[in-house]
Amino acid sequence: MAMRLRLTFSKAGPMQYVGHLDLHRAWERAFRRSGLALEYSHGFHPQPHLNLACALPVGFTSCCELLDAWLEHDCALPDVEHALTAALPPGMEIQAISQVDPASPALQTRVNSAVYEITFLDDLPGLDEHLERVMAAQHLPRLRRNKPYDLRPLVEEAYLLTPDDEGRLRMQLQLAARPAATGRPEEFLDELGVNFANTRVHRTALLLIDDKS
Amino acid sequence: MTLTPDEISARLERLLPTVQKPARYVGGELNQVVKPWESVETHVALVFPDIYDIGMSNLGLTILYELINKRADALAERAYSPWVDMEQAMRSHGVPLYSLESRHPLSAFDILGFTLPYETLYTNLLNALDLARIPLFSAQRRASQPLVIAGGQAAFNPEPVYKFIDAFVIGEGEQVIHEILDVYQQWKRTTSTRYQLLTRLASLDGVYVPELYQVAYHPDGTLARVEKVYPRASLPIHKRILPVLPPSPTRFIVPNIETVHNRVPVEIMRGCTRGCRFCHAGMVSRPVRERSIPEILAAIDAALKHTGFEEIGLLSLSSSDYTHIAGLIQAITERYAGQHLGISLPSLRIESFSVDLMDLLRESRRGGFTLAPEAATEHMRNIINKPLSTAQLLETAHQIYARGWTTLKLYFMIGHPAETLEDVQAIAELCQMVLGEGHKAIGRRANLNVGVSTFIPKAHTPFQWVPCDSVEQIQAKQSLLKTALRRSNIKLTWTDPQATLLEAWLSRGDRRLAEVVYRAWKNGARFDAWQDQLNFPAWHKAFEAQGLDPNFYTHRPRAIDELFPWDHISTGVRKPYLLQDYHLSLQSKTRPDCRASCLACGILPLYASLRREHPGPHWLCPEVKSPPRNSAKAPRGAHSPG
Repeated sequence: MAMRLRLTFSKAGPMQYVGHLDLHRAWERAFRRSGLALEYSHGFHPQPHLNLACALPVGFTSCCELLDAWLEHDCALPDVEHALTAALPPGMEIQAISQVDPASPALQTRVNSAVYEITFLDDLPGLDEHLERVMAAQHLPRLRRNKPYDLRPLVEEAYLLTPDDEGRLRMQLQLAARPAATGRPEEFLDELGVNFANTRVHRTALLLIDDKS
Repeated sequence: MTLTPDEISARLERLLPTVQKPARYVGGELNQVVKPWESVETHVALVFPDIYDIGMSNLGLTILYELINKRADALAERAYSPWVDMEQAMRSHGVPLYSLESRHPLSAFDILGFTLPYETLYTNLLNALDLARIPLFSAQRRASQPLVIAGGQAAFNPEPVYKFIDAFVIGEGEQVIHEILDVYQQWKRTTSTRYQLLTRLASLDGVYVPELYQVAYHPDGTLARVEKVYPRASLPIHKRILPVLPPSPTRFIVPNIETVHNRVPVEIMRGCTRGCRFCHAGMVSRPVRERSIPEILAAIDAALKHTGFEEIGLLSLSSSDYTHIAGLIQAITERYAGQHLGISLPSLRIESFSVDLMDLLRESRRGGFTLAPEAATEHMRNIINKPLSTAQLLETAHQIYARGWTTLKLYFMIGHPAETLEDVQAIAELCQMVLGEGHKAIGRRANLNVGVSTFIPKAHTPFQWVPCDSVEQIQAKQSLLKTALRRSNIKLTWTDPQATLLEAWLSRGDRRLAEVVYRAWKNGARFDAWQDQLNFPAWHKAFEAQGLDPNFYTHRPRAIDELFPWDHISTGVRKPYLLQDYHLSLQSKTRPDCRASCLACGILPLYASLRREHPGPHWLCPEVKSPPRNSAKAPRGAHSPG
């Protein structure tokens, strides 16, 4: 019997700069090394049945990425976790593993929001007032690939956290992450006048529709 | 000021988000080896002077990486050329070229080992040294700075880069790399001069230290002589070979981004017995040595477990010639049935047996079917010694289409010696006939891709005497093909004539080209192998400044008794054998495959003692049964160092 797994995993270190398609490939190879047989699609170019919930932009780290994987055969979850843990490349770790109903809807359609923790590498005097002003705006009109859109409704939450151990400013940011309405941290940072190259962006949660209170 | 790894990492954090594909520059992939820096005596950086995406697929450096890291007293780390955006970012942030594993600047290493698989990397070699803040010219480097060594296919004519490299490895590196490390360590413990290091390296078989030789020219620019300036240096320098192929590497680093070849490469055989006259690899990599089927299968098994790659590449210069090819393919298909594993089997001969082989791989078939007739007429194929009847080619093409491939790819070369426009026209006609076979077999679904490259005469081949086509000739031939093959089911690709010319200048160049390479780099040339980066004016200005005519290196017929700048580098194949082969080509006569009977190319006498010590069918040359000669007379490079 086929089995559908849901994995929560972290992506950091050498995997930080790996994009969505390459991440997919990294999982395929990890499964191959683990000896767990993935289910493949039929047809001329069979593809392994793997679904990543929500693309994480290159350069961001995360502790909450989600993957659904279909195995050819039923396996005990601890065995699966053990085999995969040994097979993962440096920079990826399994945080949680569960079995889900094969008939439940595709992961990509369930993601509602994404939460980011942003660390500012430089001292930014006046960041709090800047943030207040941006959050007070009714609209934040911007262009993405030459198409106008309003960033403001995509920003669900943004507030400063206590500085980290080295005294660097930190911010929590929750953005919409639905297929047709996705906010991007670097665009919000741009509204704050901050170049995202001078920050660290870490995704801390993907909120699924079911999780929303 | 030298940056520490931590300082380099801190600067990278801010510049990586600004460049394309930052994963090229961070390392950390599965199977990389990181040893504590202070735990070893000798630090080697292996450098492929092109981008990560290309260099990661290089098998030579992979082999050396594994061998060096297996030593307890040494480590090997990797470095590649940054792409132009990253180079600019590194220069503006003051980041020197660093290794991916530990992020030490290259200047902190003891030895930099460059691989030079093709000539169009030369300006990148200089750029890498410059980015590493190491003096470009060997003579300017101090004892405290890294030793710079190089090997690879292009090192068989090392002269155009002789000023930049301290020592070249000629031939196979698996044994000599250890000897080099041993010599280096002994030298370092005794605080001697750099010159002493170089002379000690020169005592190793297969190591060429250009500083220990000088050359003189005739007034017409041809070479008059090559002399030793250090009496104990070897002349000629014989390439190194291994009597038995060592175990295949299996812990391949798994790149986190796409590279040119995402697969497990397994060399099934080294060398080639065919003797195609244009083929540099076929001449310089003799003799043929095969791996056994069990050894290959074990290597594939281990490598798949270690890497999870979804494809394997069975590498050799001529897959069909591997003695047990049918058994190997049978065994692989049985073993990996149902595992969605791609198997690539390049360089198949044009015969129905190849179609049978590919049919066995039906489940793991990736893409089209490729054949390389190289020339379109039987006459021309005899000239290049790749004999094949047109009827057999058409029959093979028919079978390929009939058995389910809708796309066939054919490789040709233009610019062969004595080629006329009629010969080029024949390429177009042959392509039409091949597609016609496709139509007969499967109708309008049949497609044909035609790749037409331009022949470049290479050192150490029977065509080393031949002039090459001018840009105008190449363009005329290419436009003939473009016109004749303008139809919907044929896709034609060709190579840029300027890129061809650059490679042609360098591949038969002499020591005077070193200044040209340097000036071209100064003028902004780098990434010459990339069509969108090739800076032809930079090269022309460099030749002009040096008072050299580039045509001297390409368009001049060479006298049969001319001393070549690479003659002191010996591949084991004798020059008279190459000359004889060249004369045969002028009469469009072929020479048979030497597998059936030895043609005395020169390899066997040179490596007779190695062959005697390693009898068996894995080495395709005849066995040597005669008693060893006086060991004092044994040729250098011919004995096994244990």
